[in-house]
Amino acid sequence: MKELREHAKELLEKGEVSAVIGYSQVSEKRTKPIIVTDPQDTDQLVFNEYCLNNLAVYLTKARIKVSCRTKDKTLKLAVTAKPCDVHSVVALIQENQIHREDIHIISFNCHGVAKDFGFEFSGDNIASKCINCETHKPLYFDKIFGEEKETPKASDDAMERIQEIERMSHQERFEFFKNEFDKCIKCYACRAVCPLCYCQRCITDKTIPRWIESSSHMRGNFAWNIVRAFHLSGRCTGCGECERACPVDIPLSLLNRRMAIKAKKSFSYVSGRSLETPTLVGSFNEKDNDELFM
Amino acid sequence: MDNQKWEPKIVAFVCNWCTYTGADLAGTSRMKYPANTKMIRVMCSGSVDPVFILKAFERGADGILVSGCHPNDCHYNAGNFHARRRWDFFHELLDFIGIEKGRLQFSWISASEGKKFADVVSKVTKDIKAMGPFTNYQKMNSEFTALFPEEANADSEIINQIKETVL
Ligand code: SF4
Ligand code: SF4
Ligand code: SF4
Repeated sequence: MKELREHAKELLEKGEVSAVIGYSQVSEKRTKPIIVTDPQDTDQLVFNEYCLNNLAVYLTKARIKVSCRTKDKTLKLAVTAKPCDVHSVVALIQENQIHREDIHIISFNCHGVAKDFGFEFSGDNIASKCINCETHKPLYFDKIFGEEKETPKASDDAMERIQEIERMSHQERFEFFKNEFDKCIKCYACRAVCPLCYCQRCITDKTIPRWIESSSHMRGNFAWNIVRAFHLSGRCTGCGECERACPVDIPLSLLNRRMAIKAKKSFSYVSGRSLETPTLVGSFNEKDNDELFM
Repeated sequence: MDNQKWEPKIVAFVCNWCTYTGADLAGTSRMKYPANTKMIRVMCSGSVDPVFILKAFERGADGILVSGCHPNDCHYNAGNFHARRRWDFFHELLDFIGIEKGRLQFSWISASEGKKFADVVSKVTKDIKAMGPFTNYQKMNSEFTALFPEEANADSEIINQIKETVL
């Protein structure tokens, strides 16, 4: 913790970055995101198992705020990112939303984070993405802290749930998702927390014509949830923030995961893992599978 | 619904350069194919946003066809290559949430393939007839329209207004 704070302070004092995006402790088992622009405030920074938020979301969405505060146009930002959050940063760079040289990545050796705030981090309270995590070490970083520790053992039922849905008939699947989407209240929290939902103007905000109704009736809910999942297909890095943010517990990660499986199976692509490869849906190969087309 | 009398509504999004011209050829060659398909001409198969598909389902389509130029024939060079990847994902997503793959079909039809156009349209019509009306989506629509008639028709009203002022 001390090293992290000193490092952040140094970055700000030397003017290497305009702001450090990090976590601060709210209570014993709860943190919140903070954007530190004053070196004095760096002593609020923490990193532990209760740093649930994916702060990569602020790299695009908080730029304007930081810019106003610091009057800095070039805007180099430091971000504290778990190894999985680094995937989001990588995806943002791949998609040309930020430049690698403008981002200072402070990462950690990570052994998992809690599923929910307020409860002890353990095998019973571990985020599902952490259970089968393959990157306990970040793939890209400028500074790394933290020691390597064992991840608590737990079982992940997400794959089972996906297979369960796939065993259903189409009618049953439709009913299942209809019931889930019916709960949606169109708060767009899923969009707000997603680092990859960075569109300045989302298609659901367009009104002429209105493609997706804003009232939370089934018709608009269906369209919204399909469009959200589709726009994240092959892009979602599986951070799980959307599902965590959803106030009515719609299992959004089932959709995201299913599409990630597709990306891996058909295109051997996992989002946000390499700065060298082009994005999956932003590129094409002439030899792509043509079976779908008559 | 009486399946004997019921005729499916099929929407085809066809690209201007290949499939639409192919359809024209089918017409001028007086080929016969079922009349269930309403065509919407777009500039490229890559310009068909998946929300078009959802809107068509919402408004009562029982089946949809998207058709463009063969790979390497796209008049914008790569539109259909981009489309191919996107449709692959979209198709699989719809299947996962319970919309059968046959409801949304795809083809490459060139300007000279009038015969293929007639065959594809016949096949899609046959498939959709076998599947029956797409009541799942249509039910959501009728519920919505009954509850919020203004919002349900807001977009068509705007489009009408634009037409009145511009045309
Ligand atoms: S869709 Fe959800 S899980 Fe995927 S990147 Fe966005 S917030 Fe994370
Ligand atoms: S849902 Fe789609 S249009 Fe809306 S912000 Fe996300 S990616 Fe952009
Ligand atoms: S967070 Fe949940 S309730 Fe809110 S818009 Fe997204 S899916 Fe709907």
